[in-house]
Amino acid sequence: MAKVATADELGHVPETGGKNYLNQTTGIASWLTTVDHKRIGIMYLITVLVGFTLGGIFALLVRLELLTPGKTIMTAQQYNQAFTLHGAAMVFLFIIPSIPASLGNFILPIMIGAKDVAFPKLNLMSLYVFWIGAAFMLAAILSGGVDTGWTFYVPYASGVSTTSVILATFGVFVMGFSSILTGLNFIVTLHKLRAPGMTFFRMPLVLWALYATSIIQVLATPVLGITLVLLIFERAFHVGIFDPTLGGDPVLFQHFFWFYSHPAVYIMILPGMGVASEILATHSQRRIFGYKAIAFSSVAIALVSFVVWGHHMFVAGQSELSSAIFSFLTFFVAIPSGVKMFNWLGTLWGGSIKLNVPMLYGLGFLFLFAIGGLTGLFLGMVSVDLHLHDTYFVVAHFHYVMMGSTAIAFFGGLYHWWPKMTGRMYSEKLGRLAFALTFIGFNWTFFTQFILGTRGMPRRYYNYLDQFQPLHAFSTVGSWILGTGFLIMGISLLRSLKSGAPAPGDPWKGATLEWTHTASPPITENFEKPIIVTLDAYERPGQETH
Amino acid sequence: MTFDPIELGSFWMPRQSSTIASEIDFAWYVVYWFDVLMFFGLMIPMFYFIRRFRRRTDNDKVSSVTHSTALEIGWTVIPSILVIALFFVGLRGYLMASVAPANAMEIRTTAEMYMWTFTYPNGTTSVNELVVPKDKPVKLIMSSKDVLHSFYVPEFRVKQDVVPGTYTTLWFEANAKRDTVLLCTEYCGVGHSDMMAKVHVMEQADYNNWLETGRKPGDPILAPDELGKKLFTSRSCNTCHSLDGTRVQGPSFKGLFGKTEKFADGSSAQVDENYIRESLLEPTKKVVEGYPAVMPTYKGLLKENEIDALIAYIKTVK
Ligand code: HEM
Ligand SMILES: [Cu+2]
Repeated sequence: MAKVATADELGHVPETGGKNYLNQTTGIASWLTTVDHKRIGIMYLITVLVGFTLGGIFALLVRLELLTPGKTIMTAQQYNQAFTLHGAAMVFLFIIPSIPASLGNFILPIMIGAKDVAFPKLNLMSLYVFWIGAAFMLAAILSGGVDTGWTFYVPYASGVSTTSVILATFGVFVMGFSSILTGLNFIVTLHKLRAPGMTFFRMPLVLWALYATSIIQVLATPVLGITLVLLIFERAFHVGIFDPTLGGDPVLFQHFFWFYSHPAVYIMILPGMGVASEILATHSQRRIFGYKAIAFSSVAIALVSFVVWGHHMFVAGQSELSSAIFSFLTFFVAIPSGVKMFNWLGTLWGGSIKLNVPMLYGLGFLFLFAIGGLTGLFLGMVSVDLHLHDTYFVVAHFHYVMMGSTAIAFFGGLYHWWPKMTGRMYSEKLGRLAFALTFIGFNWTFFTQFILGTRGMPRRYYNYLDQFQPLHAFSTVGSWILGTGFLIMGISLLRSLKSGAPAPGDPWKGATLEWTHTASPPITENFEKPIIVTLDAYERPGQETH
Repeated sequence: MTFDPIELGSFWMPRQSSTIASEIDFAWYVVYWFDVLMFFGLMIPMFYFIRRFRRRTDNDKVSSVTHSTALEIGWTVIPSILVIALFFVGLRGYLMASVAPANAMEIRTTAEMYMWTFTYPNGTTSVNELVVPKDKPVKLIMSSKDVLHSFYVPEFRVKQDVVPGTYTTLWFEANAKRDTVLLCTEYCGVGHSDMMAKVHVMEQADYNNWLETGRKPGDPILAPDELGKKLFTSRSCNTCHSLDGTRVQGPSFKGLFGKTEKFADGSSAQVDENYIRESLLEPTKKVVEGYPAVMPTYKGLLKENEIDALIAYIKTVK
């Protein structure tokens, strides 16, 4: 069924005479006032990488402290702050904005053949709002830190903790607006700015994922915002909402919190799934298997995610009936997740698989997400959760999905689009080494924690029973390997900026518009002339099939 | 306090020390094997495809198959059935864990930063120490004085948050005579990880004996005056009574036994066994002249044998 394409369909990557979005204008001010989605994406990228580094340093400190029971390097109070800041930085400064706001901002308009997002100024404003929120978080850290855990459970957070809870929660509140505005911008962009011929079912799958994510951001984030405002009111003015001594209900807080934060875990994973789809399709040179199934499963996950929050509260004091219903519904998250897994494998089948750095991350994602998703089943079974809830098993589970899956997909996507964003190739050798260390270090650190948790080690513990020390020490050593992997990744990317070979417009023989129709790096307007789409998603004219 | 380690029952799980544990572990192993099969079912094809379809030339032919309705239906429907089955396995254990037997003995449990207090049906209390009879269902009626806590005994496979302003309950039936550890699993502040307690499971007779005498099996048997000496400090007599004649809040115990005391109402009596007993149980009835009537009653707080022990001890203070 071979098919030969016309030159125009192939999209000869245009000559731009050396002008691109990076050098069109220069100077800090030109960046801070830009409305170019690509530059905004790059600034978000730098911001979330700083957030990741901050969260990563706290993570290494937390693991180091756990090398021995009792005091290793810090006091209990310092430890509680370290794990809180680790969690808060990773969730709010890194993982929620990571893929949508950085990679998403960069590729979304290009992938639909648009010049920019629907509201470019709003896009820049989202970034500033994010910075303002992040500044409050930093202020919280500098003014003594926070020790409530990233979940801010009451009454500890509202009435007992003496740390900077208000600054931190206000920071999260402000960042929520950034998330809502970005989501809104993407939804409108996807509806209104698709190039002629770019139907919804021709969109690359990462856009379906970003679309589903945006819906959650717009619908769920306001609930978190309101909850945090109520918490601040209670803490500052003793208005009784959650604290029983003021007539409130602490379990209500958990309902509000998880009504946002459970969908939020899909704000974290759906974009990762989308990026994985791009990587797997591109580097196996194949049209994705089960396009519609993957697209609809993203939407299905987004919808189901709104009705399973109670699975975080099986032992929190909600009614037995609620627990049973939430358990039942939780299992239906597994179905669309499974459907995606099977279709990704179907994509590998019959492909032409190149094991370059992005693809290694993509395959690593499949491996780690399989473990992360399957271990969710343990926690979804109410009876088993009675034993595993709030132990290291849960810690391992959510690291497999958040870090093992989302963060790995994010870094895979970073390598994948790096040539497009910077115009430089990275070093395959260093990239592979970084991947190998990250993958080994990750499993070393976190698989161990499944064992710890099952054996009864609670989470958020500074001190622990002596019997757990060997496994804790083992996990800590793993974190050093993991840290080294990220360090080498950072070096490989920074070096490529200085000395990487110039990237061709399409180093991967890609099939989506950012590869076929733009230069590396693209010009400010993305395309030389308006785009008309005539091909299906991932269709590669000229690709021989059998 | 030092704690016995949680004993392992298998590579993964702690030993099963309660009746519900085997049910929970059964469910755990059902998912475990399901997951192991699924994981290899996904990863073996993945690694095989990576090998088999590795890029050979820049113009490899690729498959043109882009979907299969039969496969899509298959891998939606079959896993749906399987996970619903998992749900029911989990539900069964959960129902067992939720519904306490009607004859369960109730123990009132209070959590606070950072300790556990247990009050038994006869009014006895214990701190950071839960004592239960073996083979008897026990139901905890729990509440918190401050923030959220959570009651977790790994060897029993039970967990329940303890919430201020409301009661939560949990039940278990311990089926192994042993000591194990109770942990707090809801973050509660700086002392969270030290908020542990001992769980002692003993035979019914030993439990009854503990309720009556405070003695656990294996505790050394003390002569009454030795026990009395311990109680003198552990029940805080020493905050008001000295042993060397010094005047604190109350009269010193030095040479007390056999002495004649004058009381505030003008009467007097010789200090004997009955007088000491009365002073412990109804301290305001006879107040020694010149001392404030501040001694609290120990009614219900001291067991019979403990009163005897204190009397024996006071006799020895010369
Ligand atoms: C098949 C899919 C999944 C299932 C069935 C599942 C199930 C569960 C359940 C039942 C819990 C509550 C456990 C407990 O607190 O005792 C849980 C916790 C958690 N899950 Fe998942 N999960 C799945 C996928 C994910 C994904 C994709 C993410 C994020 C990207 C995620 C992130 C988390 C987090 C962060 C927690 C812990 C939150 C906390 O208590 O701090 N899960 N999961
Ligand atoms: Cu606690």
